[in-house]
Amino acid sequence: MPVFYLTRREHFNAAHKLYNPAWTKERNDEIFGKCANENWHGHNFELFVTVKGEPNPDTGFIIDAKWLSRLIKTHVVDILDHKNLNLDVPFMQGKMCSIENLVYEIWKQLEPHMPNSVRLHCIKLVETPRIFVEYYGE
Amino acid sequence: MGIKVSVFREEHFNAAHRLHNPRWDDQKNQQVFGKCNLPHYHGHNYELIVKVTGEVDPETGYVMDMKVLSDIIEEEVLNRFDHKNLNEDVAEFKQLNPTAENIAIVIYQLLRPKINEQMDLQIRLYETPRNFVEYPVL
Repeated sequence: MPVFYLTRREHFNAAHKLYNPAWTKERNDEIFGKCANENWHGHNFELFVTVKGEPNPDTGFIIDAKWLSRLIKTHVVDILDHKNLNLDVPFMQGKMCSIENLVYEIWKQLEPHMPNSVRLHCIKLVETPRIFVEYYGE
Repeated sequence: MGIKVSVFREEHFNAAHRLHNPRWDDQKNQQVFGKCNLPHYHGHNYELIVKVTGEVDPETGYVMDMKVLSDIIEEEVLNRFDHKNLNEDVAEFKQLNPTAENIAIVIYQLLRPKINEQMDLQIRLYETPRNFVEYPVL
């Protein structure tokens, strides 16, 4: 059977800062620059969730894209959208709020809910039109 | 009369904000502004398009030197807004709700004195890829 990759795109708008509380303010400014602004800044984040699988012969698709959208909304978007990622998000507590860490935590929110017929393949998180990360579960 | 042309410079800044009217109680703020009112801020990748309309200078062939326009936007707007909390860090929004409409008006007021008064100036501001405003209405 042929294998396909299906991607669902979602978005959320959030505030954050890059700031290591174990360091001095000067050290944070040196390493993180303007991203360390204590009063936060923010982004329009774009989230791409890709699953891998074989099409079901009865439906022709590998996963119901609407079902996948609702899963992402429940476990990720509703928790992140219009929030402060450092202060308001339980699964980011105590972690540095980089997009690398965020994409890893998003993977952990979604992966347990994948049906047996598909595997979570990649999560891509776009912070700005010029900066994005991808995580493949490694 | 020379030939009139519009020239455009696109810039961007990332900032946190929240929508809040201090004259209303929390319930009214939440009712009107919804998740945009959440207390710990959220954020956007703002895309700014500055439009300058005027006659082409026969000596240079320019309406306006785009490097000069870029430097003015950087000095007046980006240095004030980029990676900032608009409510907390920007003096103009201490008493003014930082909606896209008001941000566009403030940007116009910051740039207008710096650009030849013979030229028309118009601001287009994208708060998200789907929400944008223009000021002034020409």
